[in-house]
Amino acid sequence: MPDKPDRNAIEVVNVSKIFGSGEGQVAALDKVSVSIRENEFFTLLGPSGCGKTTLLRLIAGFDFPTAGEILLYGQDIAPLPPFKRPVNTVFQSYALFPHMTVADNIGFGLEMLGKPKGEIKARIAEMLKLVKMEALAGRRTAQISGGQQQRVALARALAPQPKVLLLDEPLSALDYKLRKEMQIELKRLQHETGITFIFVTHDQEEALTMSDRIAVMSSGKILQVGSPWDIYDKPAERFVADFIGETNFLTAAISGTGNGKTRATLKSGTTIEATVAEGFQPKDNATVVVRPEHAKLTKDKGDLSGTVENIVYFGTDTHIHVQLDSGEAFTVRQQNTRSAGCGFERGDKVGILIGNDAAQVLRD
Amino acid sequence: MASNFSIKHQPGFTAIAATCFVVLYLPIIVLVLYAFNAASSTSEWGGFSLRWFQSAYQNTQVIDATLRSFQIGAIAAVLSTIFATMAALATTRTAPYPGLTFKYAAINQPLMVPEIVTGVALLIFFSRIKIFTGYSGLGYLIAAHTAFCIPFAYLPIRARLENMDLTLERAAADLYATPWKTFRRITLPLLWPGILAGLMLAFVISLDDVVITEFVKSGGQDTLPTYMLGQIRRGVTPEINAISTAFLLLSVAIVTLFFFVSRKRD
Repeated sequence: MPDKPDRNAIEVVNVSKIFGSGEGQVAALDKVSVSIRENEFFTLLGPSGCGKTTLLRLIAGFDFPTAGEILLYGQDIAPLPPFKRPVNTVFQSYALFPHMTVADNIGFGLEMLGKPKGEIKARIAEMLKLVKMEALAGRRTAQISGGQQQRVALARALAPQPKVLLLDEPLSALDYKLRKEMQIELKRLQHETGITFIFVTHDQEEALTMSDRIAVMSSGKILQVGSPWDIYDKPAERFVADFIGETNFLTAAISGTGNGKTRATLKSGTTIEATVAEGFQPKDNATVVVRPEHAKLTKDKGDLSGTVENIVYFGTDTHIHVQLDSGEAFTVRQQNTRSAGCGFERGDKVGILIGNDAAQVLRD
Repeated sequence: MASNFSIKHQPGFTAIAATCFVVLYLPIIVLVLYAFNAASSTSEWGGFSLRWFQSAYQNTQVIDATLRSFQIGAIAAVLSTIFATMAALATTRTAPYPGLTFKYAAINQPLMVPEIVTGVALLIFFSRIKIFTGYSGLGYLIAAHTAFCIPFAYLPIRARLENMDLTLERAAADLYATPWKTFRRITLPLLWPGILAGLMLAFVISLDDVVITEFVKSGGQDTLPTYMLGQIRRGVTPEINAISTAFLLLSVAIVTLFFFVSRKRD
């Protein structure tokens, strides 16, 4: 395969999917366009009903778009049935074939492709090794644990060396510890195989830790595409800022925008520097977001002032909820130390310092 | 206290249960017992003997009727199971649409229409065909048996299909299996216990039928049940008991097999 680093594996062009007809019409996807690069771990993130699974099903071929094109390395695959697409899926329920052994499950795709027996055998052995399941090759799928089933499902989908691997919330059925392990495992597999992964999840933490790039979806639309860092620190819209992590929303008066930056005057009268959502020209008023860990509490005068309302201890850190004098609410996250408490008490009059490069102006 | 409610501890439970068992099984036990009677009476015991089994075995009419029953039963069971499998696939592997309920009803129609009505209808219908074609072989009986066996074969197959995870077929398609290969390699193997269960149920139902067979059969086409009915009209000998006992044994064997097959691989 010629190695061009920025080649697109999948291009979704103006794809719409409309379910039902007449008055009961629902647009599960509304003119969605996105490009997924070769060899990247790409995540579709959003709440249930946002259209992420629908988009995955359209790429897999289990459903067909109402309008638009889906290009796989430049070729439109939207009208092809699933068995003619060089794309494989790891299902949420794993969907392992219960009447076959682990090895037969893994070899099924290659068998259907009509590969020679020897090649299939070698590939099964290779896959078993890749997911560390050599010892259980002869077992029935009902005789292995959930985590092991997950590995078999992965091996089965990777065995035919698909151009793109689709993963439909594959970790949601696992318990917390196993899920953490599998997150690292998935990253390793993606790195070792060099296959493009498209991962669907509603878990923002999962998305942030695993992805090269994330597309945040809501109501059938992609709101923002970017690296985990972009999505977390430079959210473009209120939904994105709100869905991923915790954040503080402040209204501000805008002045002097240029070069992706602007000056925002908060209700307290303080003016801070803020970055601006890509391609956005803010007018007089806008919403500014500040992450709780990017602000600091002080007993002196800060950029904002208010009264401590509530203190919540989280082990690694403490969340201090402040009622601002302007009437808005603001949360500060403060790293804990072993020796001392957080240093504040409910009812304290406090100031809040907003760090340099901590504020982002939203598009909404 | 409500959580401790158990039907077993209600007054009269044991008595009612015992009565039911006696009413169900006592006549059968008596019937089987008198099959081994040395005397020619079905009410007076004359010592143990296998003579009635021997006499039934040497009775060519009995053997003829038995073989005919098996022949009709086997062909009707296979045909009805094939139709039932197709019907079950067509009614479960599709999104619900208006008219689906009507189709269920149509498939299960033989369960609801009184047998006597079907019998009379077939008698009239087939007699017309006989006049036109001159054919009077076993085909009429096979066709009739196939028709009323379909719902019995359909039920276990449909139940099996409804419990099957549709994602499995989708996964096969995702792994490059064409629709036919998906059916051969995934759907059919998983459906097999249901199909076997349907086949056996259909066979037993066909073997057992009297009413429709009585109307549809031509002269000399007695099945075992209609032959027995004819014999009883002329007075009962322990030979009938012996035939019934053998018949009972066969049914129990098939039903037992059915039970094990439908439990396997779950």
